[in-house]
Amino acid sequence: MIGIEHYIIVSAILFVLGVLGIFLNRKNVIVILMAIELILLAVNINLVAFSAFLGDLTGQIFAMFVLAVAAGEAAVGLAILVIFFRDRGTIAVDDVNRMKG
Amino acid sequence: MDYANSFGHIVPELVLTGAALALLLVSAFAGDKASRLVSILAAVALGGAGAFAASTLAEGSSGAAAVAFGGLLSADAFAGFAKLLMYIAAIGCLMIAPGFFDHRKAMKPEYPVLVLFATVGMSIMVSATDLITLYIGLELNSLAAYVLASFLRNDSRSAEAGLKYFVLGALASGILLYGMSLTYGFTGTTSFDGIRIAQETGLSTGALFGLIFVLAGLAFKISAVPFHMWTPDVYEGAPTPVTTFFATAPKVAAIVLTARVALDAFGSQPDAWRQVVIFAALASIVVGALGAIGQNNLKRLLAYSSINNVGFILVGLAAASAEGASAMLFYLAIYVVMSLGSFAAVLMLRNGDGDNLETFEDIAGLSSTRPGIAWCLAALMFSLAGIPPLMGFFAKLAVFWAVVNAGLIPLAVIGMAASVIGAFYYLKFVKVMFFDEPVGRATKAGSAAQWAILVVCTVLISPLGWFLTGALETMTNTAAAGLFAGV
Repeated sequence: MIGIEHYIIVSAILFVLGVLGIFLNRKNVIVILMAIELILLAVNINLVAFSAFLGDLTGQIFAMFVLAVAAGEAAVGLAILVIFFRDRGTIAVDDVNRMKG
Repeated sequence: MDYANSFGHIVPELVLTGAALALLLVSAFAGDKASRLVSILAAVALGGAGAFAASTLAEGSSGAAAVAFGGLLSADAFAGFAKLLMYIAAIGCLMIAPGFFDHRKAMKPEYPVLVLFATVGMSIMVSATDLITLYIGLELNSLAAYVLASFLRNDSRSAEAGLKYFVLGALASGILLYGMSLTYGFTGTTSFDGIRIAQETGLSTGALFGLIFVLAGLAFKISAVPFHMWTPDVYEGAPTPVTTFFATAPKVAAIVLTARVALDAFGSQPDAWRQVVIFAALASIVVGALGAIGQNNLKRLLAYSSINNVGFILVGLAAASAEGASAMLFYLAIYVVMSLGSFAAVLMLRNGDGDNLETFEDIAGLSSTRPGIAWCLAALMFSLAGIPPLMGFFAKLAVFWAVVNAGLIPLAVIGMAASVIGAFYYLKFVKVMFFDEPVGRATKAGSAAQWAILVVCTVLISPLGWFLTGALETMTNTAAAGLFAGV
């Protein structure tokens, strides 16, 4: 029997993969965008699973909002990436280094 | 649900949204030549929205009377104060911008429009009393802010700042959302009231994880340690008027939002979040002070200064009392004035060709070549360092007074000791400007609007500002009472 714990574990694994994808990836900024999507989808699994488990619709409505905002976020992210590429001619993560912090 | 009443509560947001959409059309049809007009109209819209926000603050509205849309938003005095502060800061950022962008031929009408959209998002953030509205407001603000950071499209540092801000901001939103999903799952509701009531009987492990993730996500947005690493890079790379905006209005919104989440949603479990807030506060004060020491770029230095100041503001939050919330808002108001003034001064440092100067070498001996800017900047730096009789001292006094009254004496002692480290680099500013050999690089005059902002900010933090402290204190007390009346 698949219970709520299974969903929480799957979503936790996806969330950790997403965070690691941002920090361990040294190649490509597009991969970071994909990792961000992975994090948001992990959240959505959580929300929908809790919603079904609690018998409360709020979580599913929340998931819709997250999907919509994720689309907007990807659009803005890609636009910024395009102007970055136009300027440098590269999207490698190691080249995002004009300023050292 | 009473829609007429609800719409009455969100008049500032409606005014700003309407103005932003209309001005977006104007800028699409009229092009770059309309940028001055669009800026002025945006400032007028912000002023109008500010008048409505001021009325909710003056009424001291709170509790059920301020709730809109069945508990999704609350237009209480706490939100009213934050909105007033944010709108004033946004108007300031619109005023100082043309002097910077005109020189680069980059003054576009999209700048005021994006500022308006970001401000709508911030208004929703400070009013939010539900996790969903919180998220929508935060994202509306963030998406506009990412674009603003990369506003100088042909400048490589601006594009890089936008990219870094986007990646780390999106990660922060993800962490925050994960925390919100856990909080929802373990309390069964997304409304702040519901979460508080559900946790009155105790905090489950899952809900504690949710709380920690939510606080971590919010710490990113207010650039508190240990989630501060994006701040210096973004502040340095973004165009200076945008940096000014980031250091003022969104910071107010994120801090007020954090306070509402901590004191309202998690208000029944103050011990659970207090230790996190205390750690973040002390770490921000220390890292903000130590990180600034080796910096040569003035914008990076002011970024560390803002991390440092966020630490002091969080000290006020750690008190978890109405007095602490009031002290926090008091500090926030003075912090906004000091930041606006310092960045206006940095914007006015331009060489003969009109390019902006940003390093310590450029301001050596500024007092003999540009005494007006040098004296104003010196006053602002003394105030940021917390030296009496300037207002920055009274802001620090208020937050430490509140934590001492809340019984957290060790926190107050460590905080005060750490604030001494911060004084070092603020005084370095004064030393370089007044005692180093003049280089005379900053020759170009600033715009009238920049002078106006600098002088007004300097007067406000000078001892003359004392005349306003009574009114400010009444406002912050009303605002804090508005938050606690609903709890």
